[in-house]
Amino acid sequence: MDLFKLISDIEKVDPEVYERLDPRRRVFKHFGLAGKAVTAAMLPGLVSGIFQRAYGQTTSLTPEITQVLNLALSLEYLEFYFYDSGLKASNLIPATDRPAFETIRNDESGHIKVLREVLGTAAIADPTRDAFDYTGGKGLLPGPFATVFTDYKIFLGVAQSFVDTGVRAYKGGAPVLMPNKDILESALNIHSVEARHSSHVRTVRRGVELGNATATAVAGDLNNLNKIPKSWISGIDNGGPSPNTTPSTTPVYGAGNPAATYPAENNTTQAGVPIENSAMGITAAAASEAFDEPLDPTTVKSIARNFVKATTTLFV
Amino acid sequence: MMTNSASQNPAAAGTPAGVPRRAFLRYTGASVALTGLLLAGCDDDSDDVDANLLDVGTGDEGILNYAYALEQLEAAFYAQIKNGTYYKGLPANSAEKQILDDLALHEQAHVNFFKAALGNKAIKELEPDFSQINFNDKGSVLTNAQAFEDLGVAAYNGAGRFIASPTNLALAGKIVSVEARHAALIRDLRQYNSFVASDVVDVFTPTSATSAPGAGSGTGKEKSKRPQEVLATANQFLKSGSKLSATSFS
Repeated sequence: MDLFKLISDIEKVDPEVYERLDPRRRVFKHFGLAGKAVTAAMLPGLVSGIFQRAYGQTTSLTPEITQVLNLALSLEYLEFYFYDSGLKASNLIPATDRPAFETIRNDESGHIKVLREVLGTAAIADPTRDAFDYTGGKGLLPGPFATVFTDYKIFLGVAQSFVDTGVRAYKGGAPVLMPNKDILESALNIHSVEARHSSHVRTVRRGVELGNATATAVAGDLNNLNKIPKSWISGIDNGGPSPNTTPSTTPVYGAGNPAATYPAENNTTQAGVPIENSAMGITAAAASEAFDEPLDPTTVKSIARNFVKATTTLFV
Repeated sequence: MMTNSASQNPAAAGTPAGVPRRAFLRYTGASVALTGLLLAGCDDDSDDVDANLLDVGTGDEGILNYAYALEQLEAAFYAQIKNGTYYKGLPANSAEKQILDDLALHEQAHVNFFKAALGNKAIKELEPDFSQINFNDKGSVLTNAQAFEDLGVAAYNGAGRFIASPTNLALAGKIVSVEARHAALIRDLRQYNSFVASDVVDVFTPTSATSAPGAGSGTGKEKSKRPQEVLATANQFLKSGSKLSATSFS
């Protein structure tokens, strides 16, 4: 196949083809091919990818995409400063767990970098640590999590609530990103890392609750999911780590709006297909665990708003 | 070797404009036309083609079948674990037994879902080949469990861009985060605090311990994989006749 003949032919109907393909040849870098030989087997995908990139996507962000990404960025700041504050607090995170929380904090920092690069000038400004009140008191009064940076169990419970909210937020936002496949894939690649964080935080909570140094040796307790959760969400996790406080963690696992699109985490029907199957032992709990659920931006903001000072415009 | 004559290029077939609109759209959208061109122009790159490959198909049905295939592989793996002495030796209330039981149920739920959702468009039931795995050995079981879970996460993430329907994208999203939860726990079980590591995530390294957010190298993103790369691994665990291709997704 003569690629240059092809491009030359396209030029006859689209004089700007070279502009679209990028005169600086960055296009090849996008495919990770810089400096590598292009083999015959790679060519069909490569060529169609180049033209999809040049013609199939708009380079400017729609308002809808910008909104989704800025909400994601806001949540990443919420998480980054939370973990960073936890790591800076003395005698909070045990030495065995510090590597994990450094990893999580750094991942959030990377996500912030990625989202800022995609958003460019549309990115919200760094709200700084000062914007947040992790006690849940909105900067007005001591919230229910006043010991969040002195009591490890409270810290872990708040962490779980944040990360599960983040997983649901990315899941809810993904369909909006579909017009831009690269941004979509970036968001998916962040989404799954957040889910890995959630799994780990939940595992840590099981060990800490029972005082077992080997957290992975502790089974989840279906009768005490608030304190000894599985590494996946079972039903609505009985409202999460702190269902009876104000703010409560119950909305993190509850339905969004509309509930048909954003069901609660105990949903057991997917695309009209009932997931429970008693013959195979798939209980309602197992059916709900097998699928996580998305959350709408308004509900996500109402949850996150409890952890910023009332004077900020974050999550409004 | 890539010298293809103009006569084999459908776009150059003679109109004064050079590229008819319809032909042009073929370049931007489909790899099918390009694959045809490639085969016409090359004759020395097909030494390892297995004519027996089962293709997952095209469009959203193809991607759903691709997911269905991977879920079948995972479900078969977790079902097989229960026949081995490692699983049979686990205490009834142990965390490991709960984890492996849950994973078996979750993957079976995914299989059932895709089979029902695809209806008569579903590919056949695949025959796994787990001869490389020692189901009596904890190390072998968990190493392979981690490989399957990590592969599943990378596969879903890398397939998202091929999905046309928002509903189907949302469904894939509901499943992939559960797979990521599985992967992280199995990894922690094997080596604590390895729930995120450089083999699966482009780890972010801050410029310094006191860096502002976003300052550093790396991205903190999962390393998604395209179907071809995923299937090269998955096919090692499938019998001849059940090995897969995904020719329309590249």
